[in-house]
Amino acid sequence: MREAKEGRRDFVRGAFAAALAGAAAPASWAQTSVGDPAILDLPPHSTGLGQAVVTDGYGKPSQYERNVQRRPSPGLTQTTQASVSFAPLQSLFGIVTPSGLHFERHHQGWWDIDPSKHRLMLNGSDEKMLKKPMVFTMDEIMRLPSVSRFHFIECGANTGMEWGNVAVPTCQYTHGMLSCSEFTGVPLKVLLDMAGADYKRGRYVLAEGADGSSMTRTIPMELIESGEVLVAYGQNGEMLRPEQGYPLRLVVPGVQGVSWVKYLRRIEVGDQPYGAKDEAVHYVDLMPDGRHRQYSSTQECKSVITTPSGGQVLLDRGYYQISGLAWSGRGKVSRVDVSVDGGRNWKTARLQEPVMSKCLTRFSIDWVWDGKPALVQSRAMDETGYVQPNFRQLRAVRGTRSIYHNNAIQTWLVQESGEVKNVQLS
Amino acid sequence: MSSCRDLARLCVVLCLSAAGVLAWAQQPSYPGLGRTATPQEVRAWDIDVRPDFKGLPKGTGSVSQGQDVWEAKCASCHGVFGESNQVFNPLVGGTNAQDVARGRVARLTDTGFPGRTTLMKVPTVSTLWDYINRAMPWNAPKTLKTDEVYALVAFLLNLGDVVPADFVLSDANIAEVQKRMPNRDGMTTDHGLWPGKGLGNGGMPDVKAVACMKDCVPEPKVASLLPDFARNNHGNLAEQQRGVGPQRGADTTQPASAASGPPAKPAASTTAQASGAASAATVATVKSGAQVLALAQKYTCTACHGTDNKIVGPSFKDVAAKYAKRTDAKTYLAGKIRAGGQGVWGPIPMPAQTLPDADLQAIAAWLASGAPR
Repeated sequence: MREAKEGRRDFVRGAFAAALAGAAAPASWAQTSVGDPAILDLPPHSTGLGQAVVTDGYGKPSQYERNVQRRPSPGLTQTTQASVSFAPLQSLFGIVTPSGLHFERHHQGWWDIDPSKHRLMLNGSDEKMLKKPMVFTMDEIMRLPSVSRFHFIECGANTGMEWGNVAVPTCQYTHGMLSCSEFTGVPLKVLLDMAGADYKRGRYVLAEGADGSSMTRTIPMELIESGEVLVAYGQNGEMLRPEQGYPLRLVVPGVQGVSWVKYLRRIEVGDQPYGAKDEAVHYVDLMPDGRHRQYSSTQECKSVITTPSGGQVLLDRGYYQISGLAWSGRGKVSRVDVSVDGGRNWKTARLQEPVMSKCLTRFSIDWVWDGKPALVQSRAMDETGYVQPNFRQLRAVRGTRSIYHNNAIQTWLVQESGEVKNVQLS
Repeated sequence: MSSCRDLARLCVVLCLSAAGVLAWAQQPSYPGLGRTATPQEVRAWDIDVRPDFKGLPKGTGSVSQGQDVWEAKCASCHGVFGESNQVFNPLVGGTNAQDVARGRVARLTDTGFPGRTTLMKVPTVSTLWDYINRAMPWNAPKTLKTDEVYALVAFLLNLGDVVPADFVLSDANIAEVQKRMPNRDGMTTDHGLWPGKGLGNGGMPDVKAVACMKDCVPEPKVASLLPDFARNNHGNLAEQQRGVGPQRGADTTQPASAASGPPAKPAASTTAQASGAASAATVATVKSGAQVLALAQKYTCTACHGTDNKIVGPSFKDVAAKYAKRTDAKTYLAGKIRAGGQGVWGPIPMPAQTLPDADLQAIAAWLASGAPR
């Protein structure tokens, strides 16, 4: 930190002092006045032979990037198999999450399943719901016409720890149950057409996983008919990672992650919702009147600033690019505004292309930090006209005990020291 | 003549191309892909049970039978009375006879009540049956017999005073039991978060904000932030930020005041790299410990035993320490893993474990040698 924070200024100051004092300057200053040792002293990588090709058949990030890791939040869960790890949003650029940093949520541990033995079954809740129940191998699914699309996936409980008060320090823990990938697969509609689904009666689809928990969730047929829901095997140009459901997962754009069933083994078409454990005990949102919202699925418009964000220390005053992510489960992000005074005044940020439906969108805005405390916020809007609420607006309707679907505006306090803290405003 | 022949030729061309267009315009079909599932295959996988009990297999199970299965297979994680908060959230508690009568759990409006149990939330008895059947026990899902699932649901509901102690649950009376579920009327789908027409309000948001741009709120005040004592609760944040770029991570091993002044510690990137290198070296020198821990993970021992911390059972370190001086420690521990046990470390039983003998012996040997990392 000292090196980073003061090294630059020492060099400038040293050079200035040396120029003033001429030959009387101390040796170290005189040395720095000549120039930056990183330039003047040629390093080994400029004067030696580098490493061979295929030193590693699957390349890894630089050794200097080892701080960029997905991490659990201490004390959040009591087992490591029914648990979650958070993506390091504070260290990511653009909109794509590297597959190895994609957040994890497992309900009964993850598996690496042999794709030659994996099957997908389609059946109906009664015998007339499909013309014929069908079975597909992975080979067959991968022969069908495919599409590749970019979508975000966000856990319904993302930011869930912050409903009542500040609980965690960085945007990795406040917002890191969020990732974005290019997914490749077959629209589920194609498979249901092949099986002759009765779209008139069958308005609900049950998706079921092949792992121990055999996760089930109900999906509305409308989303499948739109062609958006994919039976996906590809992620960012390669096969899905085992932690993400290799070899097959459901992709349900705009809907919370629990519906993106991993290790997908079965699709059932039915005429009623299913009341699965994750629709009746978990992923239900407690309202102030003591009722739970059931089948809450859509992830509403939300954003977070990732630079600067909690746990960081700005190195110096001066120019910064404020940058962050915005997304909506109802379509495209249309606008993002940024405030540096706690929401009193706002300026509209730049949206980085491409802006895609139900996908992360990167925004940025110029900022010159004067060294004074600043309360930094972002507020996203989507193409339906929906505006991301602040905590006061959200809590006025939903109270503080929902756990799920917290899409309130995030505030970061930049202190005079440069250290950034997670705060909530009155 | 020639015009006729031309016409005929033209017709051939047109007709061929029209046929071609038709062939492409037809609904695509994918011959050779997928096959019809056999009835046996569908039966093997179609295990879901809906709220209207479609999919529920015939069977019966009593509260007392459920208690036996519970104590053998469930109590180690959920507690003898389903009340444990050690491994998972409590299943039972927070409901009463008035809730059973009314179908709403009164405690859900009590903001002072700690946590929410499964019985406080679950509206549908089918959910309990379906989930226990598909996902329990935790380390051996889908191994329960149908009647055992009935018995466990009966036992759980008896713990919550939903059914009496002599109750026998069956496919014939489960619909009656549904009418006694304490939170059966506690759910609503009147919200905008269902992306379809069948449920909810059609996607209308409940929270409405406006995009004000100037002088929107009074002087903002910080109402909540992490207390200083929790500064390092998520580990040293200096090691959780990239070592290059516009900022570094805050050194949370130091108090905030110290960190804001001239930093006493070396650069964040240096610290992180040093500790990274150290841990890499440690991993390399005690490879066998890592291998055994991988086995412990594979066989879900780690669901109940931490390396250094007690979870449900004692930590591996505590087990190793307890038997450090015992010469037959390896044999003794292997026997304990195989047969399970209760009482040595407290009332919560450890179930008998069925893992390959070579792996079991490796774990026992590692424990007997002091559980080195």
